[in-house]
Amino acid sequence: MRLAVSPENKPILIASLFVVAILFAGTAYTLSTTGTAPLLSPGYLLQQLQTGSFLGICAAGMMMVILLGHIDLSVPWTLTAAAMTATAVGGEWALPTALAVGLSVGLLNGFGVAFLRIPSMIFTLGVDTVLRGLMVAQTGGFAPQDSATPLMLYLAKERILGIPVAIFVWAATSIVIAVILTRTGFGRSIYATGSREAAAFLSGIRTRLVIVGAFVVSGLCAATAGILLAGYSAKAYQGMGNSFLLPAIAAVVLGGTHILGGRGRYAGTVVGVVLIVLLNSVLSIMQMPEAGRQIIYGAVIIGMLLVYGRNQRVTS
Amino acid sequence: MHQPAWKRWLQQNLGFASALLLLLTIYLVYNMLHPRGFSSAVAVQNANETAAIAFVAMAQTIPVLMGGLDLSVGAVMTLTNCIASEFVNGSPAEIVFGMIATLLAGTAFGLANGLIVVYGRIQPIIATLATGAIAIGLALIVRPKPGGDVDGDLGWALTNSVWDFADTYGLADGGDAWWLRPFADIPMPLIIVILVTVLVWVPFRRSVTGRTVYAIGSAEGAAFMSGLPIARAKIAAFTLAGFFAACGGLYLAIQTSSGNADLQQAGAYTLNSIAAVVLGGTSLLGGIGGAVASLVGAAILRVISFYFRILDIDPLLQPLIEGLVLLIAVSFGAIRTLRVKNKLDLFR
Repeated sequence: MRLAVSPENKPILIASLFVVAILFAGTAYTLSTTGTAPLLSPGYLLQQLQTGSFLGICAAGMMMVILLGHIDLSVPWTLTAAAMTATAVGGEWALPTALAVGLSVGLLNGFGVAFLRIPSMIFTLGVDTVLRGLMVAQTGGFAPQDSATPLMLYLAKERILGIPVAIFVWAATSIVIAVILTRTGFGRSIYATGSREAAAFLSGIRTRLVIVGAFVVSGLCAATAGILLAGYSAKAYQGMGNSFLLPAIAAVVLGGTHILGGRGRYAGTVVGVVLIVLLNSVLSIMQMPEAGRQIIYGAVIIGMLLVYGRNQRVTS
Repeated sequence: MHQPAWKRWLQQNLGFASALLLLLTIYLVYNMLHPRGFSSAVAVQNANETAAIAFVAMAQTIPVLMGGLDLSVGAVMTLTNCIASEFVNGSPAEIVFGMIATLLAGTAFGLANGLIVVYGRIQPIIATLATGAIAIGLALIVRPKPGGDVDGDLGWALTNSVWDFADTYGLADGGDAWWLRPFADIPMPLIIVILVTVLVWVPFRRSVTGRTVYAIGSAEGAAFMSGLPIARAKIAAFTLAGFFAACGGLYLAIQTSSGNADLQQAGAYTLNSIAAVVLGGTSLLGGIGGAVASLVGAAILRVISFYFRILDIDPLLQPLIEGLVLLIAVSFGAIRTLRVKNKLDLFR
C-alpha cells in the first residue's frame, strides 16, 4: 500500500519524521551516557519550545514575505529596535510602542519594495543598517539600562497551567497567520502575487498593497519577538536579533516553503522551527563544539533539501 | 540608426557609469578635504582597507549575474583567511605552497557550491546559506581562537607601495631602477586587485562559459534552448566566486597577519558584498553588470567610511550615516519605475 501524500505535505511529513529522529538520537545519547532521558520529559520540551517561540514568531513573519518571493533582512534590527524602544518607553505604552516600531519598519520596507521596486534583498538590508545606526546613536552602543516592563516579563517568563506564556503568544501568532493565509482574500493574494505578480495584477489584485501588507506582518512579528526576547532576558541589548535572521529563513525553507515564492504551508514553518530548535538543543546536550554545530546545521539543511526541495530543471 | 559607440556603451552601462562617476567625485573630494592632501601613504592605506571587500564583492558578482546569490562568500573568505593564517609562513617554498593551498581550498569550496546547486537543484540562496554555515564550522576547526602567523616580509611587501615590494625582495635594484620610477608609488593591493581582475575575470567574461553566465541571468530557458552549456557555466560561476573569496581571505590574512573565524565578520562581509554589487550597477535580477562594476561599488562603500575619519563625525552617528547613504543610493534604482511605459514591465 502506498501512502498518498500531496507534494505540499511531503516536506512537512519528512521534516516531522526528522524531528522524531532527532529526539530518538538525542535520547539514545543521554541514555547511553547518563542513563536518563531528559529530552522526552515534558518540562524540558516546554522549555525548548519557550526559547523556540522567539524564532517561531520571526519565522512566521518571514514566511509571509518569502511566499511573495521576497525576503526581509531587516528582522534582526527591527527586533532589537522594538525591544529597545519598548524598554526605553516603559510602562503601559511599552508594547504599543514596540508594535508601532514594527509597523513603521514594515511600511517602509513595503514602500521600498512595492512602490520603488528596489529588490527586497538590498532594500531591507539598507533598512536594517539604518535601524542599527539609529539604535547605536540612541544608546551610545551600549546595552541600555532600562529594564523590561512587568508585562513583558510576564509574557516571556510566566506560565499558565504549567505552560509558558511565550508558547501561547507563538500559538496565537500562528493561528492568526494560518487564518490569514488560508481563509482570507489577503492570504490568497499573497500566494497569487508570489506565483506571478504580473498575472495577479492583471486579475485585479492590488499587488503593491499585498506586498506592503506582508512586510507589515513581518515587521509586527519581529517586534513581537523583540518584546518577548527583551522580557526573557529582562532587558534589551545590542545585536539581540542577530542570531534570528538565518535560522528564520532556514526554518521557513525546511518547512517546504519555496524560496522564490508562491508555495508553502504554515504548518511546515512550525515544524521547521521545531526542527531547528531541537537540533540545537540536542547538539548542546552532546556538548558539540561550535564548529561541529555549524557543520551539522549546514549539512542538515542541504540534506533535507536534497530529499524534498529540489527544483525542476529549466528546459524551455 | 547609427549611434556612436561610446553613446551605446553609456546606454548599456548607465548604472556602472554613474557609479564610476560617483566614486571619482567622492574620492576626489575626499583627497581635497584630507588635511595632508593626496599622498602615496593615504592611497596605500585606502587600498589596503578596500582590497578584501573588493575581492568578496567580485566573488558575489558572478552568482548574481546568473540571477542567483551566494550567501557563503563571507564565510568562504573567513575560512580561507584562517587557512592562510596557518600555512602562509616559513621558507619561500612553504609560503608559495600555503598561498596556493589557500586559493585551492576556496576554489574547491566554490566548486562544491556549484555542484550542489546544479546537481542537487537547490536554490543558490538557500544552498549557500547552508554551505556558509559549514565553511564557518571548518574555519573554527582550523582556527578555534583568533591568531596565527603570516610571513612578515610578505605582509610588508604586499600591503605597501610598489617601491616597498621591490625593496623587500631586492628586485629592480631595491626599487630604484629607472623603469620602476613611474610606478613606485602605486599601492600593491591596487596592483593585486587589478592583476587578478585582468588575468581571471576578463578572460572568463570573454569565454563561452562567461557569456553563458550572462545568458542564464537574462533568460535561462532561452540559454538552454540555444544549446549553451548551462551546467558548466553555473558550476564555473560558483567556483570562480570561491576563488575570488579565497583571494579576499588570503589578502586579509596577509594584511592582518592573523586569521579569525568570526561569524559576525563573515555575515558583515557577505551583506556588504551584496551592497557593493548593487552600488556598482549590477542587477540583482541577473544578466547586467560585471565584476569591475562591483570593484567600483566596493570602493564607494569604503570611501564613504574614509570620510568619517577626516570630517570629525561623532562615531556614534557613523553606522546611521552609512545606512542612510546605502539606502538612498539604492533608492536611485527607483528611477527605472518612472521610465517604464507598460506597467507590466514593473513586475519583472
